[in-house]
Amino acid sequence: MTLNVEVVSPERVQYSGEARVVICRTTEGELAFLTDHAPLIGALGIGEVRIGQESGEDEVAAVHGGFVEVRNNKVVILSDVAELKSQIDVNRAQEAKKRAQSALQADPDDEDAKAALRRAEVRLEVSSD
Amino acid sequence: MPGGEERTLRRRIKSVESTKKITRAMELISASRIVKAQQKVAAARPYAEQITEVIGNLAAAGAGSGQPLLTPRENVTNVGVIVLAADRGLAGGYNSAVIRKAEQALGAAEGEGHGTQLFAVGRKALSYFRYRGREIDAEHTGFTDSPSYENARKIAEDVVSRFEAGDLDRVDLAYTEFVSVAIQRPKLVRFIPLEPEELADDDDSSDGPDAEYEYEPGPDAILERLLPRYVESRLFAALLEAAASEHAARQKAMKAATDNATELIKKLDRQMNRARQDSITTEIIEIASGAEALNQMGDDSGNTSGDYFTERDATPYDSQRSESRSTP
Repeated sequence: MTLNVEVVSPERVQYSGEARVVICRTTEGELAFLTDHAPLIGALGIGEVRIGQESGEDEVAAVHGGFVEVRNNKVVILSDVAELKSQIDVNRAQEAKKRAQSALQADPDDEDAKAALRRAEVRLEVSSD
Repeated sequence: MPGGEERTLRRRIKSVESTKKITRAMELISASRIVKAQQKVAAARPYAEQITEVIGNLAAAGAGSGQPLLTPRENVTNVGVIVLAADRGLAGGYNSAVIRKAEQALGAAEGEGHGTQLFAVGRKALSYFRYRGREIDAEHTGFTDSPSYENARKIAEDVVSRFEAGDLDRVDLAYTEFVSVAIQRPKLVRFIPLEPEELADDDDSSDGPDAEYEYEPGPDAILERLLPRYVESRLFAALLEAAASEHAARQKAMKAATDNATELIKKLDRQMNRARQDSITTEIIEIASGAEALNQMGDDSGNTSGDYFTERDATPYDSQRSESRSTP
């Protein structure tokens, strides 16, 4: 018995597979889902989603906001910013972070730069562990 | 002057041929982009379906009362209209059809005495409304042939914040639905407030009212975060469909243009050939009648020069041409 996991972003399905356990951070705190978890809908905070795959290897995704729905051993993670660890380009994220920081120094109210900084930080956090 | 018409036709054929090359290239480019755009529409579907399902479940659990995005307002004073057109033309009736829908929406709202705000997406919508002196409240251009989620997010955020601030009481969306490569349908839909039936329907069909969910945090708090995402995802879906429709419309228009050019070239070719033959015929007649005139002159003036002309008559026309032309 395994969990069927999907990480879905607006532009495509990022990840789809079987897993033993899924750990994610909701706005209230960390949650782990095993098989036969009760149906749940949760709002995700900024952070990582850890998918404990059958093979024993963990897949990690950077998620900024979004939602998780658990039902009938199916875990669906919906997020407008969802990226798998393997997809993250660390150098690019670092560069983006620097660029966003300098943009913010020039204009502290720059919403685009703030969002970019946020995304870069989550990416770096996920790829560093 | 003989040959003049022929030369003009030759020039026209050349110009039609180069136009044909361009329209043919555009046709092929659009054809390949339709496929990509369709894939994007399909790839965006799981997210939209999931988010609709989750909202349906939340609504079934009784959340959602008092959510401004779900509550139609009793007194509508200002109506927003979003129009999704293309950045470029040469797409047949694509732009004008969707702009007409937007005009309808604006006209209807103004007819009921509401104020209107216009959100123009795509350069063609912008230039159309600007030319007609209509005030444009927000413009978004440069991405209509391949929109990203980020584009949808920006537009939705702007619209939702105006709605929540009370500057808008209703927002309509004019876009082009992609039915198939052959059929695209301009559509006008209610964008905000969302219609709760539409959400509930989706849920009932899939798995009935099993709303025994735990919520973390509470259903209302989740719904409050979820609804703006849902609005974004709906706009994103509309943008993607519009992009696919744009490419399909352009492909069709460019195919028609290419076919037309082929047809025109054929026609002009025929005309040119006839003109060429005409001018040759005219030339031959000129030569023949010129020679005839000289012949008669020779007959009149006796034998001495008569020999000369009979001798010349035996030579082919070509060698005679320059001489006979100069004769009056």
